[in-house]
Amino acid sequence: MEFQADADLPPILTVEGVNVWLSGRQILHDVNFRIEAGEFTGLIGSNGAGKTTLLRVILGLESPTSGRVLVGGRPRSPRNPLIGYVPQKILLDPDMPLRARDLVALGLDGHRFGLPRRSTAQKVLIDEMIDAVDATSFADARVGILSGGEQQRVLIAHALISRPRLLLLDEPLANLDIRSEQEVVELVARIASEQQIAVLISAHDMNPLLPVMDRVIYVAAGRVASGTTEEVVTTEALSELYGHHVDVVQINERILVVAGRETAAHHDHSDSRAE
Amino acid sequence: MFSGFMVTAWEAATIVAVVAGVVGFFTVLRGSAFAAHALPNGAFAGAAGASLIGVNVIVGLGVFALLGALTIGGLGRRARQDVATALAIVMMLGLGALFLSMTTEYAPEIYSLLFGEVLGVSGSELLPTAVIGMVCIAVVFVLYRPLLLSSIMPDAAEARGVNGRRMDLAFLVVIALATTMAVPVVGSLLIFSLLIGPPAAARSFTSKPLHAMGLSVALALGTVWAAVALSFATNLPIGFFVGAISACSYAAGRSWVAWRRTRPVTKISRTGLLRA
Repeated sequence: MEFQADADLPPILTVEGVNVWLSGRQILHDVNFRIEAGEFTGLIGSNGAGKTTLLRVILGLESPTSGRVLVGGRPRSPRNPLIGYVPQKILLDPDMPLRARDLVALGLDGHRFGLPRRSTAQKVLIDEMIDAVDATSFADARVGILSGGEQQRVLIAHALISRPRLLLLDEPLANLDIRSEQEVVELVARIASEQQIAVLISAHDMNPLLPVMDRVIYVAAGRVASGTTEEVVTTEALSELYGHHVDVVQINERILVVAGRETAAHHDHSDSRAE
Repeated sequence: MFSGFMVTAWEAATIVAVVAGVVGFFTVLRGSAFAAHALPNGAFAGAAGASLIGVNVIVGLGVFALLGALTIGGLGRRARQDVATALAIVMMLGLGALFLSMTTEYAPEIYSLLFGEVLGVSGSELLPTAVIGMVCIAVVFVLYRPLLLSSIMPDAAEARGVNGRRMDLAFLVVIALATTMAVPVVGSLLIFSLLIGPPAAARSFTSKPLHAMGLSVALALGTVWAAVALSFATNLPIGFFVGAISACSYAAGRSWVAWRRTRPVTKISRTGLLRA
C-alpha cells in the first residue's frame, strides 16, 4: 500500500505494557506495539494465543491488569467512534426479520435512542456503503440466510459506515472457502487504502494476508513481536517469541511456521506441527 | 356483544394485544421466550400472595414480575439466562403454592388469573392497564435501535457503548410490566402465547424489522379480537382461543415460508459472491 505516514499524526493505536490476567491465568505478557494511521496490520497467532483477548482489550470489552491503550493518542473511551469492529461471526436465525441493509444502517446509528427515521442523505450513504462492499445483490435478503463470505461483507459495511480510522476484524477468514477468503482480503485492503483506514485483522494463517500486509503482529502464548513480515517472521525472531525452536519455511511465496529441532540437520517432520 | 361490560373487555383486550405485539417482537428476536414464560407464571404467585394479604392483585403481580426480572437479569450470565430463569420460576411457583394453600379465596378467582377472564375486567382496571401498556411501548420504542444491535451482535454493540447487561435488564423489566398488565385480562398462561405466536408468525411474512413489528401487532389484535368474540359466542374460555389462534397463525406463517422457498422466482436475488 502506498501510504505515507504523517509524522505529525499520533499513531492511531498505541498499546503500552499491556498485561492481562483472567481467572488467575496470564493471557497477555507485556504487549507493546503501535499502529500508524492507514497501516494494514495482521494479528497472527494460533488459537488460544491471545489474539481475541488483545482485540477485546483494544475495544474496551476487557480491562488490562496493567498497561494502557491509546486510540488516536488518547485513552480509549467506551463509545469510541474512531474504531470500527467486525466480530468473528454472528449466529443469526435465518427467520430473523433483518435485512443486510438494516444491519448496515445500524452501523450508522445503532447506539442511538428512538425508532429509526433516516434521511435521504443517510439512505444514499447506506446504499453507497453496501455498493462499496459489493453487497448490492443481496442487500434486501435476510442476514441469517447469507453465506459466511456475504455476511462478512455486510459486517464490514456495518463497521465502516461510521467512518472509523481503525478497523478491527476478528478472524474474518475463519470458515471461508479459499475464494471468499481472497475476496474479503482484497475488499478490506481496497477500502482501507481508498479511505485511509488503518486495519488490524486477526488470523491464524498469515498467508492470505501476505500480499496486502504492511506489518505483522505475531502472537504466541500471550507474547507479541511486531514489525514488517521480514523482521518478525524469521526463524530467529519467532524462536525467541515461542521460547523454543521453530522453523520458518518459505514455499512458493507462502510461509509456514513449523516446530523444529534446533540441532537436527535433517528435520524430523513426523513431529512437526503447523502453527 | 358491544355493550356495557363488553366494551371494557374489547378495550382491555386491544391494549393487551398492542403491547404483546410490540414487546413480543423483541421477545422472539432476542430468544427470551423462556423469560416470557417464567415471569407471568411467577407473577401469578404474587397475585395469590396479594389476595392472601388483601392487596390489589395488580400490585402483587407487578412486585413478583419485577422481582423475577431482576433475579433473572442479575443472576443470568450473558447469553445464558436459562438456569437463572428456571431458578426464578421455581422459587416463585413454590411461593405461589404456599400462598394458595393459605388463602381462602374462592377458587375461580385464581383460576381466572391462570387462564384469563377478559369479560371480568372492570372499568377501574382499564386505566392502570393502559398506563403500564404505554410505558412498555414507550420503552421499546426508545430502546429500539440499541436493543436490536445488542441482540444481534452483543460485542460490537458493547464496543459502541451499548451495555448489553443493561439492555437485558431493561427488556426483562418491560416483559415484567407487560405481564403485570396482561395477566388479569388473558391469564398468566396465555400472555405467553400472545408474546410469541403473533411475532413469530409475522417474521415469516416480512424481512423488514419495523414491518415485522407492525404486522406482529396486527396479528395480535386479530387473535385477541377473534378470541373475545368467539369466547362470548361460545362461552368457552378466552385462553383456549388465544392459544389456538396464535398457534394457527404461526403455522400459516411457516407454510407461507415453505411454499415461497420452493417457488422458482423469488424476489430476492442471491447471486452474491460469484458476481464478476
